[in-house]
Amino acid sequence: MDIQLTLNGKKITDNIDADMLLIDFLRKHGCLSVKRGCETANCGLCTVLMDDKPILSCSMLVARASGHNIKTLEGLQEEASEFVGFIADQGADQCGFCNPGFVMNTIALLRENPDPTDDEIRAFLAGNLCRCSGYEGQLRGIRAFLDSKKNI
Amino acid sequence: MVTIQKYVRAQSLEEAYTLNQTKANRIIGGMLWLKMGSGNINTAIDLCDLGLNTIEENDEQFSIGASVTLRQLELHPGLNSYTNNAVCNAVKDIVGVQFRNLATIGGSIWGRYGFSDVLTCFMAMDSYVELYKAGLIPLKEFAYLKYDNDLIVRIIVKKAHAKFHYSSMRAQRTDFPIIACALSCIDGKYTAVIGARPHRARYVSDNENILKDGIDDASADAFAKYVADNIKTGSNSRGSAEYRTHLIKVLTQRGILSMKEGDNK
Repeated sequence: MDIQLTLNGKKITDNIDADMLLIDFLRKHGCLSVKRGCETANCGLCTVLMDDKPILSCSMLVARASGHNIKTLEGLQEEASEFVGFIADQGADQCGFCNPGFVMNTIALLRENPDPTDDEIRAFLAGNLCRCSGYEGQLRGIRAFLDSKKNI
Repeated sequence: MVTIQKYVRAQSLEEAYTLNQTKANRIIGGMLWLKMGSGNINTAIDLCDLGLNTIEENDEQFSIGASVTLRQLELHPGLNSYTNNAVCNAVKDIVGVQFRNLATIGGSIWGRYGFSDVLTCFMAMDSYVELYKAGLIPLKEFAYLKYDNDLIVRIIVKKAHAKFHYSSMRAQRTDFPIIACALSCIDGKYTAVIGARPHRARYVSDNENILKDGIDDASADAFAKYVADNIKTGSNSRGSAEYRTHLIKVLTQRGILSMKEGDNK
């Protein structure tokens, strides 16, 4: 079947199988930041924005995404660059595998709530699993970024 | 993983219903639970073009489209004001925001899953399932109907003079609940709905008028014991029947005391 969607600002038309998942479509179109993790819709590794809302691309048919606007980390480099250095400075990136999903969901969080409390950060990012860091590094990094904005 | 031969965005409820009469076809809902299964689906029926993704509120009721996501429920000011945040508390620990942006109330209610926070919470309200062919059915009744080939159009919550409370016990945030406890006081009548027993939610009303003279430590304890005595629990990898029964007492007692104080955080 034919679909058309907007991927990182560019209109894409393709012929797909009915059961193709959005994650496989995105990787086929060069968005390799989108990774397959748990396969049970739990880890957040495959997070992308659909119409500016974070979703799990491993759990959505690309057919359903037809007509919608999809953003991956490849299309949000500038927005991500504002805070990823703060996370790296805290040593939160160890193996780095969870990082793209974390960054995507952090972008969604900061768009919805530009000045979150620590509890609000923990709640919003609860669907992103990290097996290296225990989450404190990510939290410290985001907090450091938010504090730096207040100090400007 | 399931395999799907054909994908159709239904353009009318009649089209969705007609397609759904064939056993090999499935309405996909949010697709999160469906994806965890296996097998072959001939036609995946998607309701996403039917405008069922809104929550409408008037003086009498909330009308919640089948495609409304759990995240919409979590953030809806009217619904959470009416339920003392019980709806938000019921869904906020269901995996993560990304998951809740996909999972739908229609899929959650249709599945009638034992672990469902959504079913447990909405059973505590004066809720109805609007089925395309069968019409309005009380949720407390629908929860125990056999699966058929009808489809959920909306969930209706009728407003009343009411107060609600929701709490659950989880091994950790984002996990399935070990036990879930929704409490309501509708027009003066208290009811406890217990989910994740681990079977489908069951409810117990205060038919012995334990709380008739008001809530204090003794009446809250007595009602909690009454609920625990009247709800059958079972064991699975998350907890034993005995542990669940103990948790029912604790969550019911705490919840009832919170309802007295009006603190539903």
